[in-house]
Amino acid sequence: MNILSLFVVVPVVMIIALFLSKEMKQIRTVMVAGASILVLLATILTVQFLQLRAAGADAEMLFVSSTVWYAPLHIAYTVGVDGISVAMLCLSAIIVFTGVFSSWNMNMAKEYFLWYCLLSVGVFGFFISIDLFTMFLFYEVALIPMYLLIGLWGTGRKEYSAMKLTLMLMGGSAFLMIGIIGIYYASGHTTMNLLDIAQLHIPLEYQRWFFPATFLGFGVLGALFPFHTWSPDGHASAPTAVSMLHAGVLMKLGGYGCFRVAIYLMPEAANELGWIFLILTGISVVYGAFSAVVQTDLKYINAYSSVSHCGLVLFAILMMNQTAMTGAIMQMLSHGLMTALFFALIGLIYGRTHTRDIRKMGGLMKIMPFASVCYVIAGLASLGLPGLSGFVAEMTIFVGSFQHADLFHRVLTITACCSIVITAVYILRTVGKILYGPVQDEHHIGLPDAQWYEKVSVVCLIIAIAFIGMYPFGVSDIISNSLDPIIAKLTY
Amino acid sequence: MAYSLLIIVTPFILFLVLGLLGMKMKPVIAGIIGTLGMAFCAILAYTVAYQYFFGIGKTNGEWLTQIPLNFEWLRFTENLHIDLGILLDPISVMMLVVITTVSLMVHIYSLGYMKGETGFQRYFAFLSLFSFSMLGLVIATNIFQMYIFWELVGVSSYSLIGFYYTKPSAVAASKKAFIVTRFADLGFLIGILILSYYTKTFDFGLLTADHAGLVTTSMAGGTFMGLSIATWAMALIFMGGAGKSAMFPLHIWLPDAMEGPTPVSALIHAATMVVAGVYLVARLFPVYSFAAPDVLEMIAFIGAFTALFAAVIAITQTDIKRVLAFSTISQIAYMLAALGVSGYGDHEGLGYMASMFHLFTHAFFKALLFLGAGSVIHAVHSNEMDHMGNLHKYMKITSWTFFIACLAIAGIWPFSGFFSKDEILAAAFHHNPIVFWTLWIVAGLTAFYMFRLYFRIFWNGKREYNEHHKPHESPWAMALPLIILAVFSVFSGLIPFADFISSDNIPFHTHIDWTVAGMSIAVAVIGIGIAFALYFKDSKQPAKIAQSLGIFYKAALHKFYLDEIWMWVTKTVIFRYICEPIKWFDRHIIDGSMDGLAWTTQKVSTSIKGLQSGQVQFYAWVFVAGSILIAVLVLFI
Repeated sequence: MNILSLFVVVPVVMIIALFLSKEMKQIRTVMVAGASILVLLATILTVQFLQLRAAGADAEMLFVSSTVWYAPLHIAYTVGVDGISVAMLCLSAIIVFTGVFSSWNMNMAKEYFLWYCLLSVGVFGFFISIDLFTMFLFYEVALIPMYLLIGLWGTGRKEYSAMKLTLMLMGGSAFLMIGIIGIYYASGHTTMNLLDIAQLHIPLEYQRWFFPATFLGFGVLGALFPFHTWSPDGHASAPTAVSMLHAGVLMKLGGYGCFRVAIYLMPEAANELGWIFLILTGISVVYGAFSAVVQTDLKYINAYSSVSHCGLVLFAILMMNQTAMTGAIMQMLSHGLMTALFFALIGLIYGRTHTRDIRKMGGLMKIMPFASVCYVIAGLASLGLPGLSGFVAEMTIFVGSFQHADLFHRVLTITACCSIVITAVYILRTVGKILYGPVQDEHHIGLPDAQWYEKVSVVCLIIAIAFIGMYPFGVSDIISNSLDPIIAKLTY
Repeated sequence: MAYSLLIIVTPFILFLVLGLLGMKMKPVIAGIIGTLGMAFCAILAYTVAYQYFFGIGKTNGEWLTQIPLNFEWLRFTENLHIDLGILLDPISVMMLVVITTVSLMVHIYSLGYMKGETGFQRYFAFLSLFSFSMLGLVIATNIFQMYIFWELVGVSSYSLIGFYYTKPSAVAASKKAFIVTRFADLGFLIGILILSYYTKTFDFGLLTADHAGLVTTSMAGGTFMGLSIATWAMALIFMGGAGKSAMFPLHIWLPDAMEGPTPVSALIHAATMVVAGVYLVARLFPVYSFAAPDVLEMIAFIGAFTALFAAVIAITQTDIKRVLAFSTISQIAYMLAALGVSGYGDHEGLGYMASMFHLFTHAFFKALLFLGAGSVIHAVHSNEMDHMGNLHKYMKITSWTFFIACLAIAGIWPFSGFFSKDEILAAAFHHNPIVFWTLWIVAGLTAFYMFRLYFRIFWNGKREYNEHHKPHESPWAMALPLIILAVFSVFSGLIPFADFISSDNIPFHTHIDWTVAGMSIAVAVIGIGIAFALYFKDSKQPAKIAQSLGIFYKAALHKFYLDEIWMWVTKTVIFRYICEPIKWFDRHIIDGSMDGLAWTTQKVSTSIKGLQSGQVQFYAWVFVAGSILIAVLVLFI
């Protein structure tokens, strides 16, 4: 079997195994084993991919295989990866793995993990597909479990949030559906394969309609202003691991789709209409950061910070040059790991203090030093400390965007740069309030520090963040090389 | 000289070891490991310095730049890539010596000063992190590497200011320091972006080569709001330097940074990190000199103004660390003013040399002052001058070494400060009279407030201390660094600096200009004299003078209300008038319209759901009525 299909098969096997397991111990064993296999697979895939590339395999996608499953519409299950998808698969594997440890003590664990695995199927399937329809299918598979996971296992106004999140994302999918069907017919309805469509030419007058539809459809998931409000409410209500997976991986589906489908297939329209979205994303970046400054709920702070950081991803993609796009992909990785870490820690803290209101906490550093130090590290990564992943991603974006020939783009870049200061403000404000200072609430004294399973999750994420931060040239090379064919297409 | 890599690798490893395993060690062991590691670095730095200046020596009468190591760390485009490497030239080698020396002294001192504190291991871990970042900053081969380490020193400074993290004032100070410098770094970053967009390189060597020919040619012609692009770029880059070096109006973080442990103030906020701005301008000096002379002039005036401004505030402060903090701001401003008035090449570049010289001497005597202050604070458990006095009787070593440092900073012959300050004044004298006279006045003020400090701590009446809390001399771990630094403060001025450091790396001859020197000594002696008259004995005179100055005294005491102004900008403008409205807008307009959409859908469907009643008669009636209506419409229209 193709190694790529294993990414979908393993979670499916996990689902079956979960059905059969009864006790908590069995469930945990299944999940840990399955998630470890996924990480292992991702590692093997990366190594093999690099070996093949080193051996001179210069096809755009490697490990391609295709099975037709609905011939009249040319729908096929086609998989294949380039460096970018490999990076995304690694990210997803890490987050799924750490998410398992962060939801160690769930009630109704069996059902919870069933949906969790289904969500993983969608995520992995999305990143390996290069068939438009299959991609869309997996996209939907990833969205639906979210509704139940938030609605059933969430906290606070969970039904409202779950409904809001699902409806808004479904609204996005509607646009996406239009976009995909449009692309299929405008390109001469001969194929659904991305690579083949890229070789065909979609007439500009169609692109003008379908580019915005597609970009918007994926953009909603990437928290594009003004369609981002599902994110704060959704994250705030979601259980820890779901927040991790959602902010860490699912929001990346948006960025990845924007770039793989919208821009790759319709570059002329992107050139022509990109400025509209560029302004929206520019607003996202600064607006999200400013909103985060005055929030008082930890998850809201983080959700708005995600709006800002994900805005930067779309922003850089729209700059349409190799450096900025490389930066965008690195920012996706970096943001994925970072927010996952944040949500893991917030979940950890919330589980003990039963509050996420920063005004009601203080001096946690004394009470749970391990968790607090990790929180500081996450914060530093988020505000772009060199040596951690945020810095390399942001700098690649800024330098790349600033190479754009238009003054308009450069001015926008400078505006986006301002977010680094605002980020520092909200991060340090939060850290200063909840971790430092005297203990705010006496009931917090004596709360236990992180347990071993929480430590596993947090430490893995920190290692990944530091790895990208210290060894960016490796990561950036893989991504940058994979962008060559796309860039070639952009410049015709 | 690839072994110079060890100078920065060692502290990094120390940081990892102490940071990850420190908690498992005994505090003393962690402290000793940190100190020994730093001693190793210092030895290496001296070896590098010796080899650079005396082993390799000059080539055709010029100090050449050595790059023993450089590798590509992150590639942006064909030409733009961040390299990490080691650049050795006279100023970076000098900085290596300064940083490792002061850092080692502070490490030894801390063994005594921080004894028994919780988080002793963490403290040493952060000291190592700081040393690593600072050393990385000075040996940067390109501007982006400098930016990387620039950010890292910012974070180490943040962690060390906030070392006593349960104290709200320390937390607030650390936050303020980080955010203010981050804001300045934004300017630095944008400056780098602009500079690299035109020149297509980050490399210092390429940027400064041929009298910054690359910058002048690639940026020629472009103007923005009446100033050339090069001016904008270099001014923005300087903004980063002004933030780190606490120049007006970005100086507000430094006095608050005194919340950190005193040895930290000595290392970071007096001797090393705060001179990063000076170092940055010196590193890019040919670019400033040839491509952006307007910025250089601006730097001269900002420097002169800040020097005066900070000196005036220093006179009124009563917290001894704050006096020293304002004194630091004032002295760094001195260095920047010197760079600002400097020309390029030979004797024209006197200001450049003087600036580096003052940086060198200042590092030792200011570190000594801070460590001395720490020793005093250790003895009386207070930062306030009012709780001190008559300490000379109890702490002989501290008192004498502090006295030496005061003489050095006041610029009394033959102490080190005299030589460096004299060169600065001489450079200003020949180039810019306004700057010269300002700096001259500052020299007098400096002598005055330093001796005010000295007399009020160590003399000033016959204050008696409680029997149980009798002040005593500090332990040897603390006294020894004081003595060593005192030796440096006395003799480091005798180094013939112009032989080693000059704007174009070609040695030139200097001589002491006795007109200027005479004037500077005179004003210093007057300052000391007034301080002696007012403060040697406890008297009511100073209070009276303060009262007669009225509002001016009050303004200076409150640091000219700049903290309040900045507070207003952040709290009121940014929080209340930007963030809160955005939050409201997001909740009520953006999210409101989404909810509104859902609400409308729901309302519409509720109101029309009656149509779907399931009654066949009703459907039939609608069907018939509809058919007739359509028929009528078709027939008659």
